[in-house]
Amino acid sequence: MAQQPVEMILVRQLAGYLYVPVLVFDTTGTVLFYNEPAERILGVRFEETGRIDPKEVDRLIELSDDAAAGHEESERPVHSALLHRRPVHARRWLLRRSDRVRLQVEITAFPVIDQDDRLLGAVAMFWEQQAP
Amino acid sequence: MKITPYGVRGSLAAPGPATARYGGNTSCVRVTGPDGAVLVLDAGTGIRSLGLDLLPGIRRVDVLLTHLHMDHIIGLGFFGPLYDPGMEVHIWGPASATLSLEARLRRYLAPPLFPVLLRDLPCRLELHHTVRGRFSIGAFQVRAARVCHPGPTVGYRIETERASLAYLPDHEPALGARRFPLEGEWTSGLDLARGADLLLHDAQYTREQYPRHVGWGHSAIHDALAFARLAGVRHLVPFHHDPGRDDEALEAAIGAAIADMRPEFPVTPAAEGSSFDLG
Repeated sequence: MAQQPVEMILVRQLAGYLYVPVLVFDTTGTVLFYNEPAERILGVRFEETGRIDPKEVDRLIELSDDAAAGHEESERPVHSALLHRRPVHARRWLLRRSDRVRLQVEITAFPVIDQDDRLLGAVAMFWEQQAP
Repeated sequence: MKITPYGVRGSLAAPGPATARYGGNTSCVRVTGPDGAVLVLDAGTGIRSLGLDLLPGIRRVDVLLTHLHMDHIIGLGFFGPLYDPGMEVHIWGPASATLSLEARLRRYLAPPLFPVLLRDLPCRLELHHTVRGRFSIGAFQVRAARVCHPGPTVGYRIETERASLAYLPDHEPALGARRFPLEGEWTSGLDLARGADLLLHDAQYTREQYPRHVGWGHSAIHDALAFARLAGVRHLVPFHHDPGRDDEALEAAIGAAIADMRPEFPVTPAAEGSSFDLG
């Protein structure tokens, strides 16, 4: 397997230390890495799955618009971050298909762009809504 | 390809009797190709002697900078070929996100830090941004890639038809890793070093020192050995020795790491005046 760019390696290392769920994507939308907190969101463990292609992500979770969040772009946040090379912050309902649990989450997705202006991938962070 | 270190010390020159065996000059290595072409890797204090040793017939020299920390460029102003109107000097190095290589070098080669301006050097000087991927210099195929070290920093892999050298003098691939090494896909610098005949790699700290220097951009000797094993290199040359480590301490530190790690490849601490002939 070819080595990842050092910027992506450092993103993964950082994600491994964070409390919030973080998924690291390549430019095709394949999940290269997710941290321990994200294992709860996805319902699987990274050590068991390794990288996850986009179709498999769809089999694990489903994202749907949160009507209470008002008008938002309906595009997937990570897809939008990769396509437009812009950060996205959106509120969504997340259905974890393994146990049909629904979570209300905010998602921050941003592209990873190196000093040569080369798109390397994207990062998605999930912020679970706290009960009032 | 013949590799000759002229400076093997990290961070700060450390001349004197206590470092005479391995040398006190900062990073600088001469690589001589089968066609006589000369590459100079980094421009630490060792570059002054290297310039004096160049054969009279040479009309072109390429200096490949890994990054612009002071210990890697401090000798540049004392490199004789820069003052020879008959010489063609090419300097390769990384730009930053906002500054060109020339603008970054001018911060050093200008008053008040240095009396001679870059533009006033009499040689034929050409500056090149080190690009990702491969480029050719004479018989050398060179590959550069960014590696884990503070600020824009690249490592180099240099190949001829018969041999390969990887040069990663300032490199902290263990940064942030809960265990090291990780698999190769997630290890900085691995593609440059993979299967190299010779690897010159950062080995500044002992395993005991490293936890106090995490994030400074350098490796523990044990991590250099682990990296070399992961990359499958044929010969490791620990490099960028700590300026505070005298010859005896250096040999003891590297010897202890070898005893712990039991590498299946030779390990030869970099020393000024030594050389490696890769054929």
